[in-house]
Amino acid sequence: MNLWLIPLLPLAGAIINGLFGRRFSRRTVSVMGLVFVAASMVWTWVVAFRFAGLPAGAIPHVESYGPWLGAGAFSANYGLYLDQLSMLMALVVTGVGFLIHVYSVGYMAHEGGYYRFFSFLNLFMFFMLTLVLANNYLLMFVGWEGVGLASYLLIGFFFLRDSASAAGKKAFIVNRIGDFGFLIGLFLMVKHFGTLDFSGVFASASGLPMETAGAGLLTAIGLLLVVGACGKSAQLPLYVWLPDAMEGPTPVSALIHAATMVTAGVYMIARSHAIFDRAPIALTVVAIIGCATALYAATIGMVQHDIKRVLAYSTISQLGYMVLACGVAAYSAGMFHLMTHAFFKALLFLAAGSVIHALGGQQDMRYMGGLRKHIPVTFWTMTAATFAIAGIFPLSGFFSKDEILWRSYSSPFGAWGYWAVGVFTAFLTAFYMFRLWFLTFFGEYRGEQQTQAPAPVDPYAGRAEIDLVIPNAYVDEVLNELKGRAARVTHADPHHDAKAIKAFVAPAKMMYLEAEIRAITEDKGSISIRYPDQERPGQERHAHEGHIHESPKVMLIPLVLLAVLSVGGGWVGVPAVLGGSNHFEHFLAPVFEEHTAAAAEAAASPAEPTGASEITLTVTATGAALLGIALAWLLYYRRRDLPAKLRERFQTAYLALEHKYYVDELYAATIVWPVVDFSRDVLWRFIDAGVIDGTINESAEAARQVSDRVRRMQSGNIRSYAGWIAVGGAAVIAYMVWLGVR
Amino acid sequence: MIPLAYYLLLSAILFACGVMGFLIKRNIITIFMCIELMLNAVNLAFVAFAAHWQNLNGQVFVFFVMVVAAAEAAVGLAIIIAVFRTRETLNVDRVNLLKL
Repeated sequence: MNLWLIPLLPLAGAIINGLFGRRFSRRTVSVMGLVFVAASMVWTWVVAFRFAGLPAGAIPHVESYGPWLGAGAFSANYGLYLDQLSMLMALVVTGVGFLIHVYSVGYMAHEGGYYRFFSFLNLFMFFMLTLVLANNYLLMFVGWEGVGLASYLLIGFFFLRDSASAAGKKAFIVNRIGDFGFLIGLFLMVKHFGTLDFSGVFASASGLPMETAGAGLLTAIGLLLVVGACGKSAQLPLYVWLPDAMEGPTPVSALIHAATMVTAGVYMIARSHAIFDRAPIALTVVAIIGCATALYAATIGMVQHDIKRVLAYSTISQLGYMVLACGVAAYSAGMFHLMTHAFFKALLFLAAGSVIHALGGQQDMRYMGGLRKHIPVTFWTMTAATFAIAGIFPLSGFFSKDEILWRSYSSPFGAWGYWAVGVFTAFLTAFYMFRLWFLTFFGEYRGEQQTQAPAPVDPYAGRAEIDLVIPNAYVDEVLNELKGRAARVTHADPHHDAKAIKAFVAPAKMMYLEAEIRAITEDKGSISIRYPDQERPGQERHAHEGHIHESPKVMLIPLVLLAVLSVGGGWVGVPAVLGGSNHFEHFLAPVFEEHTAAAAEAAASPAEPTGASEITLTVTATGAALLGIALAWLLYYRRRDLPAKLRERFQTAYLALEHKYYVDELYAATIVWPVVDFSRDVLWRFIDAGVIDGTINESAEAARQVSDRVRRMQSGNIRSYAGWIAVGGAAVIAYMVWLGVR
Repeated sequence: MIPLAYYLLLSAILFACGVMGFLIKRNIITIFMCIELMLNAVNLAFVAFAAHWQNLNGQVFVFFVMVVAAAEAAVGLAIIIAVFRTRETLNVDRVNLLKL
């Protein structure tokens, strides 16, 4: 079936655009960027068509392309694995990916680095497809790491902006922490199963008994894999990178941080179900992490002002739902929500991008409003997505979310607690999404109200001015420090024992420079810094109402297509209770039908709640969603004064939410700064510069001094040469006499 | 006969004179003469041993030494003439262009 075409076509696009894109025209770059992804998508459909015709025995269809590495008894191949699960993921990734590529042609049309963007986007598609199609954990890990890399590259796309490059680093580093857990899990697999191939691992895992008595090997592997999933899928406690990742361009947020990369963790857990099915403790941990994250992120999303931040926290929350579903072993429900979420979340992000584009860069919802008259297509598509995510019948989100809530209650691993948290989170979800909807599209346009532009300092447009007064003893060292970093150093000495130095330094370099100067002068000098206030160049802060315009068609068509999918995408999974036949679950059933004792029991047991009970739960969940909508309507449409009053009344709670529970500050204080300080003071200054460089420098210095002495022999004075010859001769004679005497 | 030690003592004294002259004298020609003196002192020692042990090897080696001395004198004098032409002096201390 030539599965290899699916990931490698985007790779070709990435290489072409990456190596030669600089010389291409924008049109050529777009064509290159789109054609390979389109080809990959079309081929995926061809494969899907052929897959549908495969007999059940031929699934999973594995293709092996040759040996990769081997060490002792362990070996890994390059191989791709096609079963219903990976087929589904491939379709979602290529489909949504292609639509986002098309959208990007319009969105990034005026940005610099156009070819770089498409190159990275294609590279991401390559790695993501490798991840979902791999036939062993090692190749999946390659894709796993690769999407992390692509995410870093794309988040930091506007690398000249300090916050963007910092966000890219944060994403990659936090992901890496998760990958550490993932790797240890893989090591355990290699040690105990001898292989990382899916077929081998799952066969071995199936042979092991269920670990109800306590934690065993499978629980350990499961928990470690979950650590990886927490990093990639932004669950507690490794979610902190996702809100910052909004620094990247909006199509990136849509593709990577909504539809695909963040779902890799969910996919991985679903893929490893053979392990999790036998480790109830691990499943419980997964479920708790999922529902805690869902609730936590929803609470934060309620008070954010930046439209993309709200969507980011919403993504974290919905991922929590998916992880919760996996945690109650309802893997197909999780995948169903993954699919519908890809549709409506990508749509939400793209539509938000359209809004931002229409307003010329404004992302703060406090300065939006009344936009539905100006950008109707965006409005209607975003409306579809908002209703979908809130879980309103008959849109896609209703069916998938409902399935999860039902399973979290009824599954043998479920509990009513999960359901309760899930329903409350659904209420919050509806609330904050409709808050976004009302604030953005209804009411009066508030763009003119933005008086002060909270512009970040552009590190390359202006310089900070520092005035130093340094005691004489440290002046030279300080000047040395400044030499590398400052643009202009002038000094005058008003005092006898200190010098005044004035320098202009790029603000990006100020952070460590100040600490260094303080360290050198032992805090005895005085430092005063003045930052320039510079606007971020190239972006106006708000648009006048007359200038708000709809986006070009190349951006609108993907919105419409995704809207259709958001509305109708759920109809493949209508549960029996509501009259459908749940094609989705039956499609994925062969992947997850496990001959686990628990699942077989549950299927046969009469204790399984009846259809009536499912209807009750569905109605309750829908009621919660409607309540959320009503509350949003009240606060943001009817009584617009209320939010400010509530903020007054519940000040501490509000501040805690607005500052995201101060988690970033906590991590910074407990982990980041200690590591940075340790690295700088011990590892860098002491070991690297002091010991390693010092050893080499000192030995060179010693050699220099020795040679300095020795060189006096070559004085140019002939009689001293004669003297040395005589001394040498006498030494030889003495030696020979000594030899003879011995 | 004359004891070997006397020959060796004479050889040593001549050699020592040669060394002292080599180190102390400033005139290049004089230094060369001291080198010749050292070589001849060594020749004396070789011949003395050859006579003492009735072994011709010593005398053969003297031939070698003489040949080398002659060659070396020729080359050395050629160098001295070249140096004299540029530096206009035979004072070895003045040949110091490579001084530190």
